[in-house]
Amino acid sequence: MPTLKSEVLPVVSENDIVYVRQAVRKWAIEIKCSLVDQTKVVTAASELARNLLIYGGGGEVTLVHLQEGIRNGLRVIFADQGPGIPDIEQALKDGFTSGKGMGLGLGGAKRLVNEFDIESEVNKGTRITITKWR
Amino acid sequence: MQDRIPILHMGSCLLVTIQVDMHDRLALQLQDDLTERISSTGAKGVLIDISSLEMVDSFIGRVLGNISSMARVLDAKTVVVGMQPAVAITLVELGLSLVGVSTALNVEKGMKLLANA
Repeated sequence: MPTLKSEVLPVVSENDIVYVRQAVRKWAIEIKCSLVDQTKVVTAASELARNLLIYGGGGEVTLVHLQEGIRNGLRVIFADQGPGIPDIEQALKDGFTSGKGMGLGLGGAKRLVNEFDIESEVNKGTRITITKWR
Repeated sequence: MQDRIPILHMGSCLLVTIQVDMHDRLALQLQDDLTERISSTGAKGVLIDISSLEMVDSFIGRVLGNISSMARVLDAKTVVVGMQPAVAITLVELGLSLVGVSTALNVEKGMKLLANA
């Protein structure tokens, strides 16, 4: 799938969550997402960037502008080298939390995007990929 | 980055307009400042205008819920006003419906709600 451009943002502090939100908003506008879709992908990115910081001990967010035929997409990848998620299915359920969140993060974020992929290995890290197609 | 959101005191109400993209600490600071001000002023109502907020995630949602609960314990009513439609759609799909938080479409309707309380 052709990649038009990409950008990597580090997430090591709370302020970085705000930068991720702003970057995702800017890119979603660039591919002409509707206001509702912009808001959805920005909100999903905010949840996942916070998870990255709180549970993953920080990490990297990569934004990718995709093009497939005539459609454009925004892919956002959240990668950390944290403790990993032992039971992904349980972690995706609403209400599941191991920390100070509301337990809406993963399952909620999944509902806000078109594609959601999660790879995790205990003691190695977690990589979550979301894609919003325009 | 800004480290405090201003709180205005008008009559028996406290007014807050959130005009920045809040980082988590700023939201928690607002929660602390508001409870402190309710207690020191004896305010009976708190109006929070979120019409400039382009996103409410689970963290900000939880802070709004906390503020509302804390205010109630301190004998004050909270109204959150001006939520953008796109934010409302996203919030509900995320799984948050701000249970226990009073809302109004705009500042005027919110003030009416507080006046009748």
